[in-house]
Amino acid sequence: MEGLMAVIESLPYILSGISVTLGIVALALAMGFALGVPMAVITIYGNRLVAQIIAGYVWVLRGLPNLVLLFLFYFGIFPLLGWNFSPFTIGAIALGMRSSAYQTEIFRGAIQSLGEGQMFAARSLGMSKIQAIWNIILPQALRISLPGWSNEYPILLTDSAVTYAIGVAEVLTRGSQMVTRTYQPMPIYITCAIIFILLNLGGMRVIHFLEKKARIPGWGRGSET
Amino acid sequence: MNSIPTLAVKNLYKSFKGTPIIKGVSFEVYQGETKVFIGPSGAGKSTLLKCINQLIIPDQGQVFLNGEEVIHSHSRINFFRQKMGMVFQDFYLFDHLTALQNVEVALLRVKKMHRQKAREKALRELERVGLGDKSHLYPAELSGGQAQRVSIARALAMDPEVMLFDEPTSALDPELTGEVLEVMRLLAQAGMTMVVVTHEMGFASSVADEVLFIEDGKILEKGPPRQIFLQPKEERTKKFLSRISQLYGELNQNHG
Ligand SMILES: Nc1ncnc2c1ncn2[C@@H]1O[C@H](COP(=O)(O)OP(=O)(O)OP(=O)(O)O)[C@@H](O)[C@H]1O
Ligand SMILES: [Mg+2]
Repeated sequence: MEGLMAVIESLPYILSGISVTLGIVALALAMGFALGVPMAVITIYGNRLVAQIIAGYVWVLRGLPNLVLLFLFYFGIFPLLGWNFSPFTIGAIALGMRSSAYQTEIFRGAIQSLGEGQMFAARSLGMSKIQAIWNIILPQALRISLPGWSNEYPILLTDSAVTYAIGVAEVLTRGSQMVTRTYQPMPIYITCAIIFILLNLGGMRVIHFLEKKARIPGWGRGSET
Repeated sequence: MNSIPTLAVKNLYKSFKGTPIIKGVSFEVYQGETKVFIGPSGAGKSTLLKCINQLIIPDQGQVFLNGEEVIHSHSRINFFRQKMGMVFQDFYLFDHLTALQNVEVALLRVKKMHRQKAREKALRELERVGLGDKSHLYPAELSGGQAQRVSIARALAMDPEVMLFDEPTSALDPELTGEVLEVMRLLAQAGMTMVVVTHEMGFASSVADEVLFIEDGKILEKGPPRQIFLQPKEERTKKFLSRISQLYGELNQNHG
């Protein structure tokens, strides 16, 4: 019963880490999206040299363990540049950059799956390249990429726990702190696990709702269900 | 007749990675004329049409629209392309937009037309191709023939001076080609200037002012449809026609 008591005692503190965990996930997702979409567009339609730089960026970030990136930023690059950012911000930036690499690949694949015909058709009507990308290519590519994109949520949610290592007060960090206090690792880590699972479940429901909203009648390539 | 052709192509060349595909093509189309290109797969027909509106930039040669040179400069090309409507073999409708929105989108974004006016114009164009009642459907909900007619309406909405058709019926089931050819026939009758790549010989013989046989990137032979289909001069034209008539049926089985 000591375990239960420890959980009850710890719960409010751990639960208040949810907003931190979700905050990091949301910021990283948004940052990955904001960088990933233009990087995918440039990779396909843009300047060759810039496209190669992006390819290098994607390649490097996909090859780095999250923890390495996190330490590099937290102990290395940010102090070196004299930037005094909170662990939370640095965690969100590191995860966001990594996600941007994955999201670039997701959107690039989606744009390519459209085929060149959509661009030809749009340009044949007198649209500029940018008008075609904005009005024709992206609305379709984003819909196509939704199923792949929604995987980024559980990935980032689970990855967000590594920010424990730089002391971000997210769910796992708070759980660990309570373990030190109560000496009840099992019940408390199980509590953390359940919180992550529920966050995953809830997030996926939101995403499936969005997928349904984005579906186009008769269009097979979008989402199922 | 107006002495300036609506469309003039002069000595066009295009290579892909060092392989010449278009090797010096010239022709003119006057207002209201329909020219039909025929030729074997890989002859360069699609490449030629795309070179005309600069979707593919030719290596050499010139294209003139009403006497004005079509140049690939950012500001001008988008204007020229509106004036040269293009219809593709695979329709290339915008799948995320309804039939109406497909026709409307360039009116709004390119012509910057007022919303209400664009809608009215788009509906008129859909009615013109017999699809006024399908305006709310998405491309995936249309038959191939309907989809191709929407793509024709989409091009027509820009008020083009010339229409370029690239095998508009070859992706369709045989029973659906008729409705598309009928729309094109009416368009020609209404005085549209057209360049059509097609192997529908019935259509060509009844609508074309001239048939041009293109092979290996060059126009090998051209003349009135009767002459090309019934008394081709070149051996290669004869061979090609006999193969085509096996595929598409004889000349006299007129469509539509
Ligand atoms: N973007 C490209 N890059 C390289 N080669 C190309 C490209 N586009 C076309 N080609 C080549 O150019 C040749 C002519 O192609 P094109 O599509 O113009 O022929 P076509 O006459 O339209 O044939 P079809 O009747 O099959 O449509 C083909 O050999 C094709 O492989
Ligand atoms: Mg072709």
